[in-house]
Amino acid sequence: MDLDFAIEHLPRLLRAAKLTIELTFLSLFFGIFVGVFFALLRTSNSKVLYYISYYYSYIFRGTPLLVQIFIIYFGLAQLEWIRESFLWVFLKEPYSCAILAFTLNTGAYSSEIFRSAFETINKGIVEAAKGLGLNKINTFFKIKLPIAIRQSLPAYGNEMILMLKGTSLASTVTLLDLTGVAKHIISTTFKPVEVFIVAGSIYLLMTFIVHNFIKFLEKRYDYN
Amino acid sequence: MKNIFKFFLSSITAIALFFSSAQADSIRIGTEGAYPPWNAKDESGKLIGFEVELANFLCIYMKRDCTIVEQDWDGMIPGLIMRKYDAIMAGMSITDERKKTINFSQGYADEVASLAVMKGSSLEGMDTPKAINLSTGGASAKKALKTLTAALAGKTIGVQTATIHQNFLESGDVGNVTIRTYKTQDEVNLDLAAGRIDAALAAAVAFTDYAEKSGKPVVLVGPTFAGGAFGNGVGVGLRKEDTQLMNDFNKAINTARKNGKISELAIKWFGFDASM
Amino acid sequence: MGLLAYGDTGWGDELFLATLMTIAVALAAILIGFFLAAIFASFKLSKNKILNLIGGFYTTVFRGVPELLVIYLFFFGGSGAVMYVARIFGYDGYIEVNAFLTGAFSIGIISGAYSTEVFRGAVQSIDKGQFEASEVLGFKKKIYYYKIIIPQMLRLALPNISNVWQITLKDTSLISVTGLVEIMRQSYIAAGSTRDPLFFYSFAAVLYLFLTFLSMKMFNRLEKNYSRGH
Repeated sequence: MDLDFAIEHLPRLLRAAKLTIELTFLSLFFGIFVGVFFALLRTSNSKVLYYISYYYSYIFRGTPLLVQIFIIYFGLAQLEWIRESFLWVFLKEPYSCAILAFTLNTGAYSSEIFRSAFETINKGIVEAAKGLGLNKINTFFKIKLPIAIRQSLPAYGNEMILMLKGTSLASTVTLLDLTGVAKHIISTTFKPVEVFIVAGSIYLLMTFIVHNFIKFLEKRYDYN
Repeated sequence: MKNIFKFFLSSITAIALFFSSAQADSIRIGTEGAYPPWNAKDESGKLIGFEVELANFLCIYMKRDCTIVEQDWDGMIPGLIMRKYDAIMAGMSITDERKKTINFSQGYADEVASLAVMKGSSLEGMDTPKAINLSTGGASAKKALKTLTAALAGKTIGVQTATIHQNFLESGDVGNVTIRTYKTQDEVNLDLAAGRIDAALAAAVAFTDYAEKSGKPVVLVGPTFAGGAFGNGVGVGLRKEDTQLMNDFNKAINTARKNGKISELAIKWFGFDASM
Repeated sequence: MGLLAYGDTGWGDELFLATLMTIAVALAAILIGFFLAAIFASFKLSKNKILNLIGGFYTTVFRGVPELLVIYLFFFGGSGAVMYVARIFGYDGYIEVNAFLTGAFSIGIISGAYSTEVFRGAVQSIDKGQFEASEVLGFKKKIYYYKIIIPQMLRLALPNISNVWQITLKDTSLISVTGLVEIMRQSYIAAGSTRDPLFFYSFAAVLYLFLTFLSMKMFNRLEKNYSRGH
């Protein structure tokens, strides 16, 4: 194992890790809104809204992230009318295409997590809130949402790590994230094991931080 | 008695011949199959192109059996080292950087590189000489690079990853440009046509081939490049320890050059004599 | 639609074969994963602290590092690693580690990390009473594991195994870097050749949804079968 090698390439890999963190953070952030939105659609009485949410989730969880990102980046660019519309400002850049794909993907998984969290809220608590005179909006924001968040934490923590790994696919559409740079180093220096160890360790460090952050939140918001 | 003897002798001969032809190792040659007109695939998936044909002729001259193996560009040199194949003929330019890891035969063809843009781009009509050579060019090459640096400032240029084209852009010879790297030349072409990048840099013939096949208005701009970061022609990539094989290839290339085979194939695939 | 025609003019037959390849790699991978999971789950369940650590290392690394990096490791380093071991035994020649094995093994080692957690979780959630009763009844550990614990573990694990299968199936899309012609790679080739990425990648999505749908049906059937009497 070449320690000098690791030290030589570490700065470049850390710089690339910055992009990885950016992509992860932004995708998760937007993904929460998308997830809550589709989770609420699922609780709706309208059959149309229910099925829109159902099929959105089915499609984005049932197909590989790679296919999704390729359709958004390569597929849409093929259409003349897209290239001539205002959407092109956004879809032209691989960065925004990647975030769009990641957001839609994590949105689908998040919507399932939130839906299940909302559905398992103890009915008794909701009725108690009603009895105390809280209106629907207050009930949602003051009672349901905090409980749902706490319920979702373990599963959502898992989703955060999955999203972190998912950003590695940004390397397939020209973005130079940690995996993209790692691959470039491997193919020019032919030292796959060393690069795997260094790049892998950086990912594991990030995973470790996320994992502990979630554990911290779980303890902090434990209503028991 | 005589018949049995005859039979015995002929079967031993047959067996000996069988083993000797099996012993003469067949050479496996790796190519990308995605860089027309150097190497490509036809609709049925069969490998075709200048190098595929040249490889077959070289093997005839070397009196060896050859199989052509397909390999993605970014695994090309690792594949050679891993012994997935014994030689690389994939439009790979001879550069000092690559010579650190592998050997090359003598060059068999020249690859001139060029920038390409979509018709109507602001980069058209650059005031540069038709061709520059970065190794021998001297003053006119330096002046051309200055013109290019000014024209390309702040632009986004696409290249295939791990190519001499990427190396050139990263060398700073044309100042600070935003480089986008892609897995295949095809992806570069797609993004050029989609307007995601302002220009692309690759072998000039790769662009003319793309323009022809896709009908898209791709035009070459600026000077054609050779020398310097662009290396010295395209040669056969070989493992460092295979010196005998390198000699065999060199002899075969000499033969192919002398009898005009390289020129003939070059004209067929490139439209001009790119042999060296 | 002519693009999907069977035979020389269309890509239908290539895509069909590619789908079969996807299924084959996914199956090989999940089986490799089960094999590894059996080993590492027992490590994690063991009382030996060192074995626990090894098991933990395996699941942490292969669930935490992106799949692409694992695939690059085995693709660029695989042949080298195998040949290194062979050289120790005196064999100097080239060992072709083909694309299928490289792909199946890379995905398999990742799949195994998930399966390890599933097996471990399933065993741990079996009512302690089962273990105690078996011991009291005088059954040897090996025997009661086989006849009592493992059948129950399989039933409990089944829904999660269904998840692992979905993950494994989708991960196969990433091994196109090894050149193996599964759905993703074939779509890539077709898209490049016809310059119609939208059609072919969308069709690839349809193929994956179809496989997902079939898998769900199959697992529902299995769950019903295994849950008889519950």
